[in-house]
Amino acid sequence: MSDIPGNLRYAKTHEWIRLEGDGTATVGITDHAQDAMGDLVYVQLPEVGEQKTAGDETGVVESVKAASDIYAPVDGEVIEVNTALEDTPELVNEDPYDRGWLFKLRVNDEKQVEALLTADQYQAQLDNA
Amino acid sequence: MGHRTPLYEQHLEAGARMVDFGGWDMPINYGSQIAEHNLVRTACGMFDVSHMTVVDVAGKDARAFLRRLLANDVDRLGFDGKALYSAMCNADGGVIDDLIAYRVSVAADHQAYRLVVNCGTREKDLAWLAAQCAPYAVDIRERADLAMVAVQGPQAIDKVCALLPQAAAQIRALEYFSGMDVPDRAGWYVARTGYTGEDGVEMILPNDAVVDFWKALLAAGVAPAGLGARDTLRLEAGMNLYGNDMDESVSPLAAGMGWTIAWEPKDRDFIGRAALEAQRAAGNLPKFFGLVLTDKGVLRGHQKVIVDGVGEGEITSGTFSPTLGYSIALARVPAGTGATAKVDMRGKLVDVKVVKPPFVRHGKQVYKV
Repeated sequence: MSDIPGNLRYAKTHEWIRLEGDGTATVGITDHAQDAMGDLVYVQLPEVGEQKTAGDETGVVESVKAASDIYAPVDGEVIEVNTALEDTPELVNEDPYDRGWLFKLRVNDEKQVEALLTADQYQAQLDNA
Repeated sequence: MGHRTPLYEQHLEAGARMVDFGGWDMPINYGSQIAEHNLVRTACGMFDVSHMTVVDVAGKDARAFLRRLLANDVDRLGFDGKALYSAMCNADGGVIDDLIAYRVSVAADHQAYRLVVNCGTREKDLAWLAAQCAPYAVDIRERADLAMVAVQGPQAIDKVCALLPQAAAQIRALEYFSGMDVPDRAGWYVARTGYTGEDGVEMILPNDAVVDFWKALLAAGVAPAGLGARDTLRLEAGMNLYGNDMDESVSPLAAGMGWTIAWEPKDRDFIGRAALEAQRAAGNLPKFFGLVLTDKGVLRGHQKVIVDGVGEGEITSGTFSPTLGYSIALARVPAGTGATAKVDMRGKLVDVKVVKPPFVRHGKQVYKV
């Protein structure tokens, strides 16, 4: 069973997002997604300062098995990326909700985050897949 | 639900991630494909390859039949147990399957061979064998009663010998690419073969014995490795995968398998010979090379290869090489391809080096730039 923390929101495309309380949010991929991808070998991150609209391609994670696009879960500006992943992409496999985060956004509208899937809804999506 | 090998429950117990592979539920990894890969390169790992199809071919005409069936020549097998790798071609010279043939015994009035063929091609292979054997006095028997475990890595021989002390001396003395019956183990066959580029064995043994053997290996500290690691290991070793690197539409001459075709003696009329001779005479066949990308990114199957001024080719297998730390691939490229090419990687052109496989043997880089 994959780990789905209750305090996060989820996109259908398997990103998680966490509001930090200061208008910013942290984004990563879910435990289910990293497990399905297998060992990650490259992570391509967005540039700081890029404006993203929900659904925009915002990076690529590449595993031994496949390459997979990362999408912005909500509208916002990229304010920071996890540069540690450049040399240690395996952090995403080892710790997808903490040290394996991908990028941070300054969120345009926090209501967009609230409208994403809850942990239960994301679990239901996995169960029905 | 797919077919299950006798080791299915063992895989689940070991925490395997199971996938469908040619109609079989098989372990892709047990946690980390890269860790499993590295373990085989540096120590030892074991693979359940019971999904592969074992076919025994025996009878008065077994030798003549296989000399007709295979592009390689079983007469090259100089002693009982010796094995060879061959393509089994159709009349057009396309590859129906690739296989290993072991010589079991050879006498004037009776010969026996063992073939190990792929699982995804099982049905068409058996149908082809049945169709082609009609003129020959030969018995063809699929051995669904047998399982197969590959133990691979620099420590593999030691680990296996420790479990089979009565056979240890003979296993240590076993020549590369040959096999033998295991003493005091009815129905067990051990071969010094593999699909990783490391030393090791492939053990063919009864279904009802394989779980105990697997558990004994586990207890001896041999970790299971999945099909994911098997694929990166074979690619580093420059070994072809049927369905990726060649199939019925591809000549062995365009899949790096020219060395497996026994052209001599000239009067051996194997299936596909006329077509392959015509291709060879016409020349200008595509070449089968390795590609190396030392920049970021991973080369993948079906990506387009562009050779300036020469033409285009295609990657047939691509992956990240855990041993080298960058991406490698096998590709079919036009004759005249030089030392460099470009690959269209998800819409971006990247520069790659063109090399002669293998990339890695016995844990070390072996290709030259």
